[in-house]
Amino acid sequence: MTDIMNAVITVLYMISAVLFIRGIKLLGKADTARKGNSLSAWGMLIAVVTVLVEKEVIDSGLMGYGLIVLAVVIGAVIGAIWAKKVEMTGMPQLVALFNGFGGLSSLLVALTQYVNTAEAKAFEGITLGLTIAIGAIAFTGSIVAWGKLSGKMFKKSVAIPAKNALNAVLAVAGLAGILVYAFSGANASMGMIGIILVTATYLILGFTMVVTIGGGDMPVIISLLNAFSGLAAAFAGLAIANSVLVVSGCLVGTSGLILTLIMCKAMNRTLYSLLFGSFGASSSKKGAASGKEPKSMSVEDAYLILEAASSVVFIPGYGMAVAQAQHSVKELADKLEENGAEVNFAIHPVAGRMPGHMNVLLAEANVPYEQLKTADEMNPQMANTDVAIVIGANDVVNPSALEDESSPLYGMPIINAFEARTVFVLKRGKGTGFSGVENPLFTNDNTVMLYGDAKQTVSSLVSEFDDA
Amino acid sequence: MGEIMLLIFVFVIAGFLGVELISKVPSQLHTPLMSGTNAISGITIVGAISATAIAVNASGWVGIIMGFLAIVFATINVVGGYLVTDRMLGMFKKKEDKKQ
Repeated sequence: MTDIMNAVITVLYMISAVLFIRGIKLLGKADTARKGNSLSAWGMLIAVVTVLVEKEVIDSGLMGYGLIVLAVVIGAVIGAIWAKKVEMTGMPQLVALFNGFGGLSSLLVALTQYVNTAEAKAFEGITLGLTIAIGAIAFTGSIVAWGKLSGKMFKKSVAIPAKNALNAVLAVAGLAGILVYAFSGANASMGMIGIILVTATYLILGFTMVVTIGGGDMPVIISLLNAFSGLAAAFAGLAIANSVLVVSGCLVGTSGLILTLIMCKAMNRTLYSLLFGSFGASSSKKGAASGKEPKSMSVEDAYLILEAASSVVFIPGYGMAVAQAQHSVKELADKLEENGAEVNFAIHPVAGRMPGHMNVLLAEANVPYEQLKTADEMNPQMANTDVAIVIGANDVVNPSALEDESSPLYGMPIINAFEARTVFVLKRGKGTGFSGVENPLFTNDNTVMLYGDAKQTVSSLVSEFDDA
Repeated sequence: MGEIMLLIFVFVIAGFLGVELISKVPSQLHTPLMSGTNAISGITIVGAISATAIAVNASGWVGIIMGFLAIVFATINVVGGYLVTDRMLGMFKKKEDKKQ
């Protein structure tokens, strides 16, 4: 009987792993993405139902099932409410928070398993220790990322003196803790010292690693931490000998790593410089040498220029998300089209706080897919564009990335907004972008600043069109 | 030992599979992809349920409490992750329907 049961369990886990693989594959294509997501959700449901008939769960009796169902109901209600309630602008921090919970959960699974195990064995001990280490980094790292993105905590990038040395000491001390635990055998107090050491050091390491990184680099960090929480689940699977955890966790781990590298490439950064470099710290004083003051203009005058334009490109950035301006922007785009202008949106791969963040926001506002262009598609046409409207974007239109070799942004592909005949920059006030680098675009002769809340500025432009 | 080697085998193969799965993804899908794979990493819920059950059998209260919390957090990750991803992708879908 148990043999048949075990075979059924293995087959069900296999089906759920196949659904995850299909799901991730389909998620990567525009027209099948939604189906892919539901396939993978079905896989998850099958895996959860399957574990409920595993021997140890059946043995745990009514109390076990009661606790499990209660915990699942609590988690499901919280998760569902947050997912329904969140504004699309708050999406990046929510994903960061969910990711932190995933890491925390793997950390707790490993600690529970540690408490359950009487005597440490080498292989289980090492994988359990690695689960703790990676889960802890994913947890505190994601919480810091969440704090930075939501503006609640750690907003300024903190400089930690000799950060790399400190992180190295923490990492090595934690690894030593893993070894102490794994080879502690029946010596329970040695084992406990090892577990406490690895837990503490890696919780701190997640914090010190991410807190020094500027908000502009958060998209890459979230993607990396996502890969970490997948790996933590995979190591948890190795520790408790569960194949479905190993497969799915590892899939997420490596696919997340690839996605991270794709994003790094788009920013012309290496993962190494991101994690170990000190970006932004030494560079903020550069670039202001021109000493020119940016020009500004009233909404009425801006309207006159827009009214005469036959081609307009919107270049959105995080500022559009903050101001919740996407719906007003869509209205303005409609007015411009009615007026006979060709309207496009140029989306930089890392605009916003997450790759594709702008696409999601503009899709929410019903901007047609065909109008969303990549930097590569849009840049050749930029010189023939009458007006480029930069909404809350800064670093992704900074020409220093092309011209100024001393700029920390140098080499990053940008949207060549400066080539347009007129450039409007909608900005809350003077100041640098998230990276803290000066932007010479703002003082160019063809650039006009429209200071104020982006949503208000766009709305008043729309009403200018209405009045006309 | 046999089972350990088999698990390591599965680990390595799954790792390479993940690399192969994810080339050439259009950039507007990066966020949903990240959020969707993030929901999958909530698979740790299976480990959490199993570990909690073992803790109940051993009637160790510390283990039960940690396991219980692990299930709660993993479920938030799973349910929230899938729903948020679906909401994002639903917005892309709406537009395509309109086009047709």
